[in-house]
Amino acid sequence: MNFKRHGLIAGIALTATLALAACGSDNNEPTTSASGGASGGTGSDVACASGTLTSQGSSAQGNAMAEWAKAYQQKCSGAQVNYQATASGAGITAFQGGTADFAGSDSSLKAGDEQTKAAARCGGAPALNLPMVTGPIAIAYNLDGVKDLQLKPETIAKIFAGTVKTWDDAAIKADNPSATLPSTAILAVHRGDSSGTTENFTNYLTQTAPSVWTFGKDKVWKAPGGSGEQKSDGVAGAIKKTAGAIGYVEWSFAKTNALATAKVGNGAGEFTALTGEAAGKTIAGAKVTGTGDDLAMTIDYSTKEAGAYPIVLVTYEIVCSKGNAADKLALLKGFLGFTSSKDGQAQLDKLGYAPLPETVRAKVEASVKNLA
Amino acid sequence: MLFRGTATAAGSMVLVIIAAIAIFLLVKAIPAINKDTENFLTYKDWFTDGDQPKFGVAATAFGTVLTAVIALLLAVPVALGIALCLSHYAHRRVATTLSFIIDLLAAVPSVVFGLWGRDYFYEPIANFSKWLHDVAGWIPIFGSNGPYGKSVLLGSVVLGIMILPIVTSLSREVFLQTPPENQEAALALGSTKWEMIRTAVIPYGRAGIIASVMLGLGRALGETIALALTLGSVFAVNFDLLGPGGVTIASNIASRFGEANEFGRSALIASGLVLFAITLVVNMAARAIVYRRREFVGGSA
Repeated sequence: MNFKRHGLIAGIALTATLALAACGSDNNEPTTSASGGASGGTGSDVACASGTLTSQGSSAQGNAMAEWAKAYQQKCSGAQVNYQATASGAGITAFQGGTADFAGSDSSLKAGDEQTKAAARCGGAPALNLPMVTGPIAIAYNLDGVKDLQLKPETIAKIFAGTVKTWDDAAIKADNPSATLPSTAILAVHRGDSSGTTENFTNYLTQTAPSVWTFGKDKVWKAPGGSGEQKSDGVAGAIKKTAGAIGYVEWSFAKTNALATAKVGNGAGEFTALTGEAAGKTIAGAKVTGTGDDLAMTIDYSTKEAGAYPIVLVTYEIVCSKGNAADKLALLKGFLGFTSSKDGQAQLDKLGYAPLPETVRAKVEASVKNLA
Repeated sequence: MLFRGTATAAGSMVLVIIAAIAIFLLVKAIPAINKDTENFLTYKDWFTDGDQPKFGVAATAFGTVLTAVIALLLAVPVALGIALCLSHYAHRRVATTLSFIIDLLAAVPSVVFGLWGRDYFYEPIANFSKWLHDVAGWIPIFGSNGPYGKSVLLGSVVLGIMILPIVTSLSREVFLQTPPENQEAALALGSTKWEMIRTAVIPYGRAGIIASVMLGLGRALGETIALALTLGSVFAVNFDLLGPGGVTIASNIASRFGEANEFGRSALIASGLVLFAITLVVNMAARAIVYRRREFVGGSA
């Protein structure tokens, strides 16, 4: 009968699906060979250790971590570093629960519950925020025939708040006196999921255009209108395929999608193009607000430094100052020592991140040495 | 005796699981709802961070129902057409192959539908939206004058394609079960094939059609990642189908859960409770309809 025959086919299909699913699920278990102790560097100044590090968190630093893990594992044969780019919140939760050896986060641990739980996980010692991956946030746009778009903070705020609706609006014209702007409608693209990129970007708008941007800073997008996209690749993809779109996205994603990026007005009153160097100037002006080995930072978005690109993102590694598992400590210090080394930071430039300024980098390196 | 015991245990297990889910949702949700500084049922936005959490399900619940209903309106006529074609018009061998292919459509993971909708289907829908606005812009639901991006229309069309296989294969089975005597009697009375289908096949299968539509609706209400990828996640309550917009309870949970703190998660679970309630109401309505129609079709449903 018809039904039986279908049942047979469906049965075969089911079996095939199960078999395929079984094949797909067994490749994410790392081979563990945990044993502590530094086993001597093979690279120039990389401290090698064998074992497995498990970590997760911010997707903004996912590309950087993947690159570092690959480079470190090449130099140190017995080491295995896993970084899952889930989300900052998930990373912190995993770190507090003890399932991650360190967490990547777009914001430092908040005083109160977050810090207390992290300290409890570290056997009472405080958890440290170590700035490790910094990167500019690009204002990427898709507008035929308009190169070198220039935008002041107030204009950016107006666009994303939905008060400027077309590209030939007077506010945009005032910033770009020489450009011929079409009357295309603006599609302002923002992150639909919660993200540290949104938090940094809205923080920037809050500080530089307080009269226009009244929505405050938050991980979730609070302004009305626009269109939400999932993750950075969603934002970049939406800008790429929609004429008239503009959005904020980590520079690395703007680069890989070959998107045009706007020049942004800074506190010195000039429009600055996005380069690693220009972003580094803003980060160099950031103040360290953490105490001791903790290096939580505050960024001055309205920096008056000439040539500084003001919209930057600082992401942290969150790690126990003391109380790290004995069999992980050597590898943890080795890996984070590598990522905070000059050599490690230099590898990020091609990925669209900016290296840490030397003053900050030296402090991070010193903090990593003090881990216990 | 042993068999009876096992069957009873299995049957009561369903109740236990449902009750456990409801209790879990309630326990997690109530503290969050109590701390909400806005009305949980009528507030549109979803801001759970900070000292004064403000969140409500007005926009998400509305979006859930809206996308599901539009998806049904688009998918059900097509699905019934396919089902009738497969059961009564197509050559038997063709029908077998085709129905197998349609069943395969049900096996495509929803994230694939979502990515396809976001990356490839997006542009045709944007062009179609523009055309629709030019032609019928005076109808309020097509009133948006752009930019046309990820809209309720895009999400609903993708959702419609996703529920197509369920509705099709269930109603095909129902149509195939129409007693041959009824069909032959209709033909013998001189009706054409279409009249036979209208007078014998469709009335006989009505309860089954409703059941299949309700199953499709259930899937549409709960669909998560495909809508998270294709809707614009704009928290608003309106019938604008073309402009960037749309958010559903499930898509909101999917996009917010990763970065949410403990309180934020409780709040999202509270919205899950609302979805649970909506689904329950829909299912009960479906049951009621099927029950009411039972006598009409002779108790076979």
